[in-house]
Amino acid sequence: MSSTFETVANIIAETCDIPRDTITPESQAIDDLGIDSLDFLDIAFAIDKAFGIKLPLEQWTQEVNDGKASTEQYFVLKNLCARIDELVAAKSK
Amino acid sequence: MRIEYFQLIDRIADLNLNDLTIRVEANVPTESTVFEGHFPGRPLMPGVLLIESMAQASGWLIIGRTGFAKMPFLAALKEVKLRTFVTPGQKLIVSAKIMHEGSGFALTEASIEADGKTVCNADITFRVVDFPEGEFRASMDEVARRIGFPRESVAHG
Repeated sequence: MSSTFETVANIIAETCDIPRDTITPESQAIDDLGIDSLDFLDIAFAIDKAFGIKLPLEQWTQEVNDGKASTEQYFVLKNLCARIDELVAAKSK
Repeated sequence: MRIEYFQLIDRIADLNLNDLTIRVEANVPTESTVFEGHFPGRPLMPGVLLIESMAQASGWLIIGRTGFAKMPFLAALKEVKLRTFVTPGQKLIVSAKIMHEGSGFALTEASIEADGKTVCNADITFRVVDFPEGEFRASMDEVARRIGFPRESVAHG
């Protein structure tokens, strides 16, 4: 997970011009880092490209809106990275 | 173009859903109240409308890819370059290519040519959402018919 986090953190730092040292695995993308939904599209694009996956943002958003998941499950960076790792593993099967 | 109605595409010349490309014709009208203000004595197609033309061409490509099930809305622009003036009466070819299809968003690269020269280009991000029903969809269906959107080659959403 650590290399996934490094890649994601660097993407966020570069895409949103956020100091790299403020981004931690416990950071919540929206509440802590001040990333809005439009910025997150840029991040999602970069993540999709870097890992060769397609983050299921629509599904995640629907689950949060329906109360079936919390924003923390998907948007706290350590959890986001775990989801990315799962998607990468699924792709290689 | 029906420039005052923000309908800037005249005809879809080519839609290739495998190559993720579209090419459309957009003819700048010879007269419009837009040109009376922009500018008196020096009518020019506004740059923002050239950008909108690129967005609309990209949008029809995205609509095609989703089988008319999803509607793209302009979200962000990058690397916009307005390279030369466009004047009333010019015939434009607007091209776009999808560079990335994300979940709920898409990115395209688009450009406009006039007289064989690139007049502008842009990288465009769209939010892609479920197609609104009712009057919105009915009007989009009508525009699709008018510009020759190939419904028969696209699965209806």
